[in-house]
Amino acid sequence: MAKRSAPEVNAGSMADIAFLLLIFFLVTTTIETDSGLNRKLPPMEDVVDPPIIKERNIFTVVVNKNNDLLVEEKPMEISELRDAAVAFLDNGGGKGEDACDFCQGARDTSSSDNPEKAVISLKNDRETDYKVYIAVQNELVAAYNVLRNRAFARLYPNTGLSFVDADRKYSDPRTSPSEKEALKPKLAAVKALFPQKLSEAEPSKTN
Amino acid sequence: MSKFKKKKGGELPAISTASLPDIVFMLLFFFMVATVMRDSTLMVNNTLPAADQVQKLDKKDRVMYIYAGKPSQRYQDKYGTQPKIQLNDKFATVQDVGAFVLAERASKRQELQNVLTTALKVDGETNMGLISDIKQELRKVNALKINYTTRNGDYTQNLN
Repeated sequence: MAKRSAPEVNAGSMADIAFLLLIFFLVTTTIETDSGLNRKLPPMEDVVDPPIIKERNIFTVVVNKNNDLLVEEKPMEISELRDAAVAFLDNGGGKGEDACDFCQGARDTSSSDNPEKAVISLKNDRETDYKVYIAVQNELVAAYNVLRNRAFARLYPNTGLSFVDADRKYSDPRTSPSEKEALKPKLAAVKALFPQKLSEAEPSKTN
Repeated sequence: MSKFKKKKGGELPAISTASLPDIVFMLLFFFMVATVMRDSTLMVNNTLPAADQVQKLDKKDRVMYIYAGKPSQRYQDKYGTQPKIQLNDKFATVQDVGAFVLAERASKRQELQNVLTTALKVDGETNMGLISDIKQELRKVNALKINYTTRNGDYTQNLN
């Protein structure tokens, strides 16, 4: 029997097959990392002895069921909220022990003593829209970030980073451990100057 | 007879496509590796609100997701139009959140169990009442780190 040579397989359609697979994976791919506002909920156990906070150290933000904003008993647009919160946190009206040497605010005695004492209280209605709530949260976080950026630039002018950038770099898994170690105390120092004290009240029921 | 014949001028040689499959395969492997398949199908409308002061949520292995929103069009006959919670692949009530969190926590590695974050992927049109209830349930099971997942954008997009 004559030995027949095996015919060569035509590889011309291999590209087509590969393209088909490629397009399938292109369509199903979602290359995205989720991002959002990080928050920490208070633990469940009741505080036996709630600390007494002076009225002037509380910045009340109320969002009602029609998504309107009431800040310190006065109606306000969300666009003004960031500046109002910055003015409140940065006021530095305290004297003596409570004095704040890095604040650049108006030093109004009827507003907060220092950023460490200042508390922002956010209260929403059960019928408030989630997106409005997020907008308010976003603006309040932005107010803290504005102040933290300022403090970071003042304390560590040579890093060439803002607080937000530094924080992002710190939480980035690609940053080397040595860099993280260098950033950690700086971030902690700035956070200690402007601690994020954002308290959320239980939502009110609509009558 | 010269050894160096002039080449026939004018005609361009055909480009070899023999390496085309290789190139395509390379791209294919890239996308195969980079692909993350959605692990649960969304049964609720999920237009996330916009925010710009966001922090990234890396490390997928230490995140659990809770979805909420109005049921999608095809589920509306059965489940109505009121916002609902979706855990894994099915609709759930607020009371199920605690059990879900505990189950998720138990399925993770020991060293991750205390650093888990709960990502709330909630539709912008949802009322805060539902979210407050979820948060209350999360507090009960001591899952205190939460993340309101948003898309990147200016807050003014939320207001219309």
